[in-house]
Amino acid sequence: MPGETRLSVRNLRKSFGTHEVLKGISMDAQDGDVISVLGASGSGKSTFLRCINLLETPSGGEVWVDGEQIRMLHGRSGSRPASRAQVDHIRSELGMVFQGFNLWSHMTILQNVIEGPVHVLKRPKAECIAEAEELLAKVGIADKRHAYPAHLSGGQQQRAAIARSLAMKPKVMLFDEPTSALDPELVGEVLRVMRALAEEGMTMLVVTHEMSFARNVSNRVVFMRDGIIDSSGAPEDMFGAGASPAFRQFIGHFGNPQ
Amino acid sequence: MDFAFLSSTMVTLIRALPTTLVLFSLSILFGGMLALLITAMRVSGIRLLSGFARAYIFVFRGSPLLIQMFLVFYGLGQFGVIRYSFLWPFLREPMVCAVLSLALCTAGYTAEIFRGGIRAVPAKEIEAARSVGMSGFLLVRRIIAPIAFRHALPAYSTEIVLMMKSTALASLVTVWEVTGVAQRLISQTYRTMEVFLCAALIYLVLNFLILQAMNLLEYSLSRHRRPFAPGLRA
Repeated sequence: MPGETRLSVRNLRKSFGTHEVLKGISMDAQDGDVISVLGASGSGKSTFLRCINLLETPSGGEVWVDGEQIRMLHGRSGSRPASRAQVDHIRSELGMVFQGFNLWSHMTILQNVIEGPVHVLKRPKAECIAEAEELLAKVGIADKRHAYPAHLSGGQQQRAAIARSLAMKPKVMLFDEPTSALDPELVGEVLRVMRALAEEGMTMLVVTHEMSFARNVSNRVVFMRDGIIDSSGAPEDMFGAGASPAFRQFIGHFGNPQ
Repeated sequence: MDFAFLSSTMVTLIRALPTTLVLFSLSILFGGMLALLITAMRVSGIRLLSGFARAYIFVFRGSPLLIQMFLVFYGLGQFGVIRYSFLWPFLREPMVCAVLSLALCTAGYTAEIFRGGIRAVPAKEIEAARSVGMSGFLLVRRIIAPIAFRHALPAYSTEIVLMMKSTALASLVTVWEVTGVAQRLISQTYRTMEVFLCAALIYLVLNFLILQAMNLLEYSLSRHRRPFAPGLRA
């Protein structure tokens, strides 16, 4: 339902040793929000995304997914999740798309897509295959379903990885620089798929350097700097007169996006 | 060339073939299962378990298989606990001793081969599995083990061939397998050359078949590394 909070992050902190990467991040995503997270490398934006599904363990703060808080234990030796089973459950509700695609190399594209639904969600295989074929058609690689990841171009692999995440029917999709490892001519095909997803109302959190995506597709832009949210707002404000000096300087490196 | 003698030798040796095959398959089976356990301990991250696994691997890779076999065959009976336990009726059988020592030894080597395979599993693929909600045994069964096994296969087939040849040592603890029978024939006929050539031929044929089977397995598990052939389905 529009207006429902799908993801809520409160005062999220993360340190590696003595180095504090996230210094208290708070953010909400309502149903259908498409939020672009921008920032220079080292600003903590990837770590922020990875803390949401606990691929990195946050040092402090709260993460709520669809109204359910991830329970953490904070001891003297560091933080850890209170329940492995809850972490697995939360992860199955969050789709994650990686910069390097991370497809399972020993499985065909179709096997990659049905793996989660069949073995994590324990759904009937025939049903999952039918859905997977629809998803692969949607991302435009239906003809590659019996190919292996190594047989695909980077853009096709990333689209397969998006289909694999969608097959879990996630409540929120997390994209970690999904086009950064792609040749320039392959970026467009992946962005088109992401744009179609956004238009269907998928809730998305996208760490990216694609300024045109941030400006034209997302409804909110978050600019991170040195582990904090420097500024955030609607793209027209962020890219317009309301930009903070630091953000203005940051987008200056990209030229003026359309 | 005395073909009559060669063929009668061959017939006698082939009668001992089932014993060799039983030694081989049981030691590969039990050794493989034990290797999985040792590998799990080795990569568990629990210091006590991985320390035990390291020590196990060091001892069984670091000492001669023949001595291990003699220790099992001649040595175990000296311990009262074993001699008077319910296990003794089994452990005094030469066949059981031979399988036990072959399995214990190959487990050490195989555990290291499996560990190498696990180390070669890309961290990215494990991360992707975690991100869809896999963990624990499901993650091992669906992602880590299949990828690790593919990486381990070439080294593992070498280990299997070595084990086939190691079954010959069982003749020294009075198991009448191919090599043992060959030696008995030689002591009766004094025709070393012909008899051992026949025995060697049997091992060569066996290993040829094993290597063919392993190559076939490797080929069928490496479709993802070959060019895409449309129309070919899993």
